[in-house]
Order: sequence, then C-alpha cells, then structure tokens
Amino acid sequence: MNTKLLIAATAALTISITSIAKAEPQAEVLHWWTSGGEAKSVAVLQEEFSSRGGTWTDMPVAGGGGDAAMTALRARVLSGNAPTAVQLKGPAIQEWYEEGVLADISSVANAQGWADVLPASIAGHMRCEGNWCAAPVNVHRIDWIWANAAVLAENGISMPASWEEFNAAATKLKAVGITPLAHGGQAWQDATIFEAVALGVGGPEFFHKAFVELDEDTLKSDTMKAVFDQMRTMRGFVDSNFSGRDWNLATAMVMNGEAAFQIMGDWAKGEFLAAGKRPGIDFLCASTPGDGFLYNVDSFAMFDVDGADKEEGQMLLAELIVGKNFQKVFNMNKGSIPARVDVALDDFDPCAHTSAQDMATSNAGGSLLPSYAHGMALRGAQSGAITDVVTAHFNSDMSSNEAVDMLVSAVANSM
Amino acid sequence: MSEWLEKQLPKLVLAPSFVAILIFVYGFIGWTAWVSFTKSKLLPRYDIVGLIQYDRLFVSPRWDVAFSNLFIFGFLFIVISMLLGLLLAILLDQKIRTEGIIRTIYLYPMALSLIVTGTAWKWILNPGLGLEAMIRSWGWESFSFNWLVDPNMAIYTVVIAGIWQASGFVMALFLAGLRSVDDEIIKAAQVDGIPKWRIYLSIILPSMAAIFLSAFIVLAHLSIKSFDLVIALTGGGPGYATDLPATYMYTMAFSRGDIGQAASSAMIMMAVVFAIVVPYLYSELRAKND
Repeated sequence: MNTKLLIAATAALTISITSIAKAEPQAEVLHWWTSGGEAKSVAVLQEEFSSRGGTWTDMPVAGGGGDAAMTALRARVLSGNAPTAVQLKGPAIQEWYEEGVLADISSVANAQGWADVLPASIAGHMRCEGNWCAAPVNVHRIDWIWANAAVLAENGISMPASWEEFNAAATKLKAVGITPLAHGGQAWQDATIFEAVALGVGGPEFFHKAFVELDEDTLKSDTMKAVFDQMRTMRGFVDSNFSGRDWNLATAMVMNGEAAFQIMGDWAKGEFLAAGKRPGIDFLCASTPGDGFLYNVDSFAMFDVDGADKEEGQMLLAELIVGKNFQKVFNMNKGSIPARVDVALDDFDPCAHTSAQDMATSNAGGSLLPSYAHGMALRGAQSGAITDVVTAHFNSDMSSNEAVDMLVSAVANSM
Repeated sequence: MSEWLEKQLPKLVLAPSFVAILIFVYGFIGWTAWVSFTKSKLLPRYDIVGLIQYDRLFVSPRWDVAFSNLFIFGFLFIVISMLLGLLLAILLDQKIRTEGIIRTIYLYPMALSLIVTGTAWKWILNPGLGLEAMIRSWGWESFSFNWLVDPNMAIYTVVIAGIWQASGFVMALFLAGLRSVDDEIIKAAQVDGIPKWRIYLSIILPSMAAIFLSAFIVLAHLSIKSFDLVIALTGGGPGYATDLPATYMYTMAFSRGDIGQAASSAMIMMAVVFAIVVPYLYSELRAKND
C-alpha cells in the first residue's frame, strides 16, 4: 500500500515538473555576486537575457568568498542536477572538466569569434582540451599599488619604479609617522603582496616557472630567497595592528592619509571611487614595480544540462556574457576591465586605461600572467600550500632560507 | 495481538531513529573513513590508494600547528573553565541575597553564540581599538597587550574568549551539584567543628564526582569541535597560528578542494574524541554491571 502511494506521488511529481518546462531558453545561474555593485552588474545580464526571451533562474549563494557556492555546486553535481552556468575561474574550470561535467560551447565561441577578441592566455583558461567550456567576464589586475596623492606630495615622494625606491620611500614615511603600507593580515592579502613582489623581484619568467610550472629549482632559488627577504622588509612597513584587518579598511587608511600605499587588486579602486576620491588627483594608481601583468579573470563555466531549452539558454548566456554591451556595463560597475580587447574604453577611468594598455603590451611580450594568490595559476591544494608558507613567514620571524625549504616541501606535499 | 504490539511497540517506535543514526552517523563515519584512503580532490572518488592522505597530513606543518593548538586550547580551556566555574559556584553557594541576579549574569555568556563572543573579544583584544588603546589613552603609555596579533600568543586569546563563554555554564552545573549534597552531612561536620574549606575539600567535592565528569565531557567536546570561535576571533591567524583541526578540515574540504585530506583530518579528530569518550563509556558500563 505504502509503495503504491510512493509510486503515485513520484509519478505526479514528475508530471508536474515536466509540465513546467517550456521550449524557451532557460538558464539557472549559480554565482556569488551579491554585494551592491556586483549584484547590479548581474542584474544587467539578467535583463539582457530576459529581453532575448529567456527565463533566468537566479541562484546566488553568498559567503566565504565562493566557498559556500562551491559547496552548493558540489551537492548539485553529485545529485546529477547541475546548474546551467556557474561562476568559476582559472584552474577550477579544468578541475570540474576532469570530473566530466562541463559542456562544450564551441559553437557559440566560434560563431562570435572569441579567439580573435580575447588575449591568448586568458582564452586558454576558457578552453577544455581545445573546446570552449567557459565564458570570461572581466579582467582584474592584481599587481596594483595605490597611493594617497597628498601624502606623497607632502613628503616629496613619487610612485616607486623599483622595490629599492619603494623601500626608501617607505623608510622616509615611517620616520615622519605615517604607516608606509596599509595591509590587512589575512592569508590571501599576504599572498597578494607576495606575488606582486615575486613578479617585481624575479620577473615574468621566474613567476611563470615558480607559480605556474611549480619548478622545484625555481622555488628554492636565490631569487625566491630575495623575494622572501623583501617580504620581511615589507613586514616592517605595516602598522602593528594589521592582523585580521579587512582589505577595505586598509584602503580607507590610504584614503584618509593614515597610510601612504596599498598593494591590492583593482577592486580597491571601487572603494576610492565610492568615497568620492578622484583618480590622479586624490589617489594614484600604478602597477607595482617590475614588468608584467597579473590577471584574475572571473568567468562562467557551462555545465552539462539536459533538454533543448536549457542548452539554448546556455548558448544565449555565453553569447551575452562575452557580448560588448555586458562587458562594458559590468566592468564599469566592478572596477575591472573587459576581457575582450575590442570594447571602447571612453567611459572608463584613467586607471582602467592604464590596465588595458598594460594588458595589451604584456600580452604581446608574453608577460600576461595568471595570479596565483587569486586562484588563477594553480589548483586549490597547491596555491593553498604556498599561501600557508607565505603567511607563516610574514607573520613570524622565519628566515628566508627556512621559508624556501618549507615552500618546496609544502608544494611537494600538496600534489 | 495487542500483547505482541505492547511488547514490540518500544522497538517499533525507536526503529526509525535507530536507522537514521545508523545511516547518518555511523554510515557517514564509515564513508569518511573510506574517502580518507582515496585521492579524492574536488569530488569524492572511491578507489582506495592507501595511507597517502595520512602521510600528507602528518608532514604538513599547518596540521602540526592545528593539532598542537587543539591540546593547548583543550587543556587550558577545560581546566580553567572548571576551576573558575567551581570557584564561582562555591562563592555563590554562600547563601547570598542577590544570588538569582548574579547567577543570571554569569550564565548569560552561554546564551550568546560563539560568533558573537568571538567578534566582541576581537574588538576588545585588538591593540588599536580595545583594551590596549583604552589603557594607553588613560596615560599608561607603555601598556602592551597584543596577544591577538602575536602568532605565539594568539591561541591564548581563543582560550580567554572560550573560558568567558563557558565558565558560567560550568558554574551552573556545579551549583546544582553543590545543592544536591545532603545538608545533614554538612551540618554534622559543622557540629564537629570542621573548618569550611575542609568540608568542601573532603565531603562536598568528592560527592560531586559525576558532575565533574559531565562538565569535563561537555567542555571536551566543545573544545574539539571548536570552529566558530576561531573563525570569528582570529580567522585562524595571524598566519595560521590559531588553526584548529576543525578549521583545518574546513579549509581543505571547502576552500581547497582536497576532500581526501579533509577526510583524513576528520578521522584523526574522531580518534581524539574516541580517546576521551571510550574510557568514559567503559567506566559507565562497568559501573552498571557491578
């Protein structure tokens, strides 16, 4: 009797589910853009999608910098009911591809000519064994140094062009009682400074060998020791109260002149702009000393779904994400620059122009590199292992030699 | 029929929860154990490869810190909470007039979530905002209390916040214990002219052994599964100086996509719990059989 009832109920449920499905583009989108400016940006995409006749099912999962969303994703995939598109980036796309759950969107990508408008190294992240499986949204630059213009002018300091200059400027600022470097002691922020220093001290080739290829000789090289030496010097330039501080509070310290510099990705620009500060007048932006460009590209990975309506939704979504209009509007809101290089930047601020120019030149020169600290260069286990060493070194009196040894063994252990 | 039903009813009523526990507690313990022997990364995989995850765990310096922190935190948290709770309970037991109010005040921290406790103490202990800044502003310029940002001392701030939260609850447990001691014995001792401290030490406390055990078990499992307090207070920092096994496991499973590693750390955590609980169960069961 009970089994019969169960069967009947299941059948009824199945019928009601199938009857809901319509033959128009459907997309269920899992993302964690829930804060003010980001939510606004997603709404733009949502409107475009609806205006093309699609039905958008929003699935925002906030919390933990995407950890909560990833947990939700894992549950959905394991139950065989993956969302249409998921905010994923870098090697995580490849990791999910290896689990065999990503869709092939090459037809859209080829029709829209993505290969011609995306920088090659960024396009590389969006391909799974040659097929397109994800659509890029933006390019955040990581290796930025932000400064309070008034503080620098008062002390006769210009934006540093080398780390020696930075150290000299910082020493000078410290002597007059200004915190040279605004920093928040959270592991990912330590890692952000570390990779900017590594790129500056070691150069693009060193960076690629160390943090993309995980080459052991590079990891324990004297250059890496020099990077840790510079980190130790930087430790002397932060205030004594930096532990656990959020990045935006550090940005506020630069804004109100309590501190002079901050090394942070270009989301910091959003904080300056939101506080009514003008780029070039109230605050200055420049790339951290050294060559190269570290990018953090947000993207949507497309998951295998059943049904023509969902597949159609997926294709439409991919087309819109890489479309010029969305790339422009979204990135104006978010503080990043468009991933495609043919979007007019007239309405963007000077910092974004610098970013776009540098992206073009570094792309041509082969120094357009993925950020390790923001999960673009390595998988979670490896980048996490490196960050553990970086933050342990920065927050203790560990020597550079010890740090390098620890780095090698941590990387080996994370495989 | 009704007789049969009467006999079987307790079993029938208990069966669903028994099955649920079998699956959702022991089943998943078994599942975690299985996964801990695999090379699971982002998603669980089921082909066993041996002890590799445990090898990785035991050479990881971060696990080393997390595991030793568990013992530092656990030991100090349990011992100090119990001593402080006992002291408060004894002081409250002196038939003072405002006992009801004071008891509520001391018990109140337990009503807060650990996230609130952690956040409040984060502000209190922050050198630039809290205690240190306040005392310096009073004129004692050289005063320094920067444990929160000192990697060697930060774990002790977690202990402080934990004790603040739990000692009121331990006090309530002990107070109930003190009240349950037979008044006649105490009066008899008083008639014999035995000093008060001696009455506590030799009569009252030994008769409260069961309460001590309960308090210990409650505090021990609180300390092993401690997670939210660390997340709110230090976020595991500075560096990873205040990592505990629970935060380590969370990081591996949910931030780094290293499920095998997370499973092996979970198994070690469970082994620690068993090391505490099994002797307790053993002594309980033996007491019944005697």
